[in-house]
Amino acid sequence: MKKLFIFTCLCVSFSSFLAAEIIHKERSAYRNVVITEKNNTRCMSFESRKKAVSNQACINLKNKDKLVFEYTRSILVGLAYNPKPKRILIIGLGGGSLPKAFSELLPDTEVVSVEIDSAVAKLARKYFDYSESDKIKTSVMDGRVYVKRALRKQQYFDWIILDAFNGDYIPEHLLTIEFLTEVKKLLKPNGILSANTFNGSNLFDYESVTYQKVFKELRILKSPSKGNRIIFACNCDKIDQELQWDSQLADRLAPYGTDLEMLVSRLSDEVNWDTSVQPLTDQFSPANLLNQ
Amino acid sequence: MCFQLVGGRLLAPYFGSSVYVWGSIITVFMLALSVGYLSGGRLSLYRPSLRKYGFIYITAAITIIPTILYSEAIMDWVFGLVEDPRYGSLLASTILFFIPTLIMGMIAPYSVRILTESKISSGHTAGFLYFVSTLGSAIGTIMTSFYFVLWFEIDQIFWLTFSIMFTAGLTALTVSFFLPKTNIDE
Repeated sequence: MKKLFIFTCLCVSFSSFLAAEIIHKERSAYRNVVITEKNNTRCMSFESRKKAVSNQACINLKNKDKLVFEYTRSILVGLAYNPKPKRILIIGLGGGSLPKAFSELLPDTEVVSVEIDSAVAKLARKYFDYSESDKIKTSVMDGRVYVKRALRKQQYFDWIILDAFNGDYIPEHLLTIEFLTEVKKLLKPNGILSANTFNGSNLFDYESVTYQKVFKELRILKSPSKGNRIIFACNCDKIDQELQWDSQLADRLAPYGTDLEMLVSRLSDEVNWDTSVQPLTDQFSPANLLNQ
Repeated sequence: MCFQLVGGRLLAPYFGSSVYVWGSIITVFMLALSVGYLSGGRLSLYRPSLRKYGFIYITAAITIIPTILYSEAIMDWVFGLVEDPRYGSLLASTILFFIPTLIMGMIAPYSVRILTESKISSGHTAGFLYFVSTLGSAIGTIMTSFYFVLWFEIDQIFWLTFSIMFTAGLTALTVSFFLPKTNIDE
């Protein structure tokens, strides 16, 4: 009996060492959102039956400025194309680490984040230091609906960040020629698009072809370790002519963990996908089936 | 079900894929079906015939056409009219799907009337019809969500639904032409 007790104690302490501690669970209209903490890192994840849950957002509690995810750090490369965007649109709020970084980096910039799940926005405020102001705004609605409304109201943006693709389910209506055309129209002349997208799976070719069809020139930042990549594109003729970074900008981004010089040098124009596949449209968008 | 699943995809570009968009679609389909069942049952009281049965199919098929041809214009108009995507999607799915679904709903009770031979066998007939229609829904669901969206464009799936309904209607009409009239009217 005593042995069993010690064994149980050992097991419990060992598992708590391995697994992150759940500090909050929030029910939402879409799924359960869980906040966990481990080794001074607090994360938001969507509950699933699978053991390996992918974190949607994380914050380093010891150094709150530093962006935990490699892909978030990579998205900041968009500033190399336009160091002083006046208006930024982010589709997919997560923990709000990007708008938080922008509020410090670009205090005069208006940042609108669109999030479909109100629970995510609530938890971002409560657990990830996300706070709104007259410059930092949140809109709880579907990204496509926001883009369509903004187009009607002619509220254009200098930089649009698409970050709605890191869950288990891909919002198919945000991955079509029609949607990307709407996004391009919403960009001011020379405006920049950064999209966090997939790498690998059958979807890769289709997704690449779809972006290429709308934006012609793409610059891609592939993650060396993870399965995602950032696509950069612009509402302009030659995207490379838009690059205008200097060491001052690199210094400003360093505290966030972004090594600008290294990342810019890794921007690739290589077309390494099958260009013969059919682009995705509102009429044909089986993105989830292709992502098997 | 095929119609319903594709309907969801049709609305997504304007109203997103939030839970309430699916909620709107399912609500409209269920409402339309319930009214359809009621009116189909009513209609079966007045001199039911295979010819009329065929006409229901053909009418259902024809009412799908405006949905295919004008969906974009309709959704664009609703999008400008209603800001809230909940009521926007509810209004749009009512305009797009209510009428065709209502007429499709009339088919089930009318089928019961046509196939029923006696009071004793009526339960058996109704059971068989539930079996066929629910099995059809299951097949429609799995084929659409697993394969059709991969093989066809949305409009093509709508046209496929149209052709199936239209052919079924024509078949019923042809058969009724060769069948002695008294067979069902009795």
